[in-house]
Amino acid sequence: MGPLAPNELISENTNFLFAFLIGVAFGFVLESSGFSSSRKLAGIFYGYDAVVLKVFFTGAITCMLGLLFMGLFGWIDLDMIYVNPTYLTSAIIGGVVMGAGFIMGGFCPGTSFCGAAIGKIDAMVFVGGLFLGVYGFAFTYGWWEKLYLANYLGEPKISQSLGLSDGFFGLILILIALAMFAVAEWAEKKFPREAY
Amino acid sequence: MSTSKEIRSTKYLNPYVGGVLLGLVLLSANFIAGRGLGASGAVKSVVATSIRAVNKEAVGTMPFMAEYAESHSGNPMKSWLVFEMLGVLVGGFISGALAGRLKLKVEHSPKITSRRRLIFALAGGILFGFGSQLGRGCTSGSALSGMAVLSLGGFITMMAIFGTAFALAFFFRKNWI
Repeated sequence: MGPLAPNELISENTNFLFAFLIGVAFGFVLESSGFSSSRKLAGIFYGYDAVVLKVFFTGAITCMLGLLFMGLFGWIDLDMIYVNPTYLTSAIIGGVVMGAGFIMGGFCPGTSFCGAAIGKIDAMVFVGGLFLGVYGFAFTYGWWEKLYLANYLGEPKISQSLGLSDGFFGLILILIALAMFAVAEWAEKKFPREAY
Repeated sequence: MSTSKEIRSTKYLNPYVGGVLLGLVLLSANFIAGRGLGASGAVKSVVATSIRAVNKEAVGTMPFMAEYAESHSGNPMKSWLVFEMLGVLVGGFISGALAGRLKLKVEHSPKITSRRRLIFALAGGILFGFGSQLGRGCTSGSALSGMAVLSLGGFITMMAIFGTAFALAFFFRKNWI
């Protein structure tokens, strides 16, 4: 049955309509969780607000479990789901550059659009920066091409790489997340939070 | 503004409830479109469109944009992520309106000036935009969506993003605490 668009059960234009509706839900959930505030987002890095960790990991695990069970029940063909390719070098270096941008700017791309939507001027400036950064990469691509394409590993799943079944890896991830949530709850009590 | 009103106006969803809802949105994206969520990809579409509008030939001489044009035949604005990000703006606005959070302001720690906050926001945005292209996706497309489908690259990018931000947190603490 699923995924609907790759199985041609819905047309391309219907898929775009769903993209918009899914985006509305995405933006709504991000904003109501407090992701429109850079001070709330940056809190995870100082221990005073761990909302990013809690929402992010709960979200990833919910979807992972949903996909695993839907695959098990035959409701979705997991082979047709897009799995991000792994280019080891650029995944690490790109992530490092993004991490620096995160602690300096206090947003990531999705959350900055959310902040901009409710009038945060710092978020609008961050969005402006995103465009400059993407133009910068596009115009200097020649300098980074080697790095960008280095150490291509295909589309491995982390469970395969560790020699575990998807389900067993999922269980480990849930246990890791629960341990991190416990630390997060402790940290939020330990580090004072100003009203903002 | 009274204290009680202030608390009400900044009331957020329980983060675990928010996380489950986010997971269901991501699951719907995978079930319907066969792909996860994203954000930086929409910026890339706008950038590709603008470069094409200014100089059509330029796209051919820029391998990064040419590759993109090839994988997105037709109008680059007619992309799943562009529609999704338009939705994000609408959804964020609706949530902010319902919670009474619509307000034009520069949010920053009282210890720093608005100007300093905006300079760092710009610098952070530039780095995040650049890094998202190098890393083939940002926190949404690479880390969150990648993790949900157990992509090795997604987990690596997630650890690199959060690890670096934690490692550098000490140097930028004045901006936040």
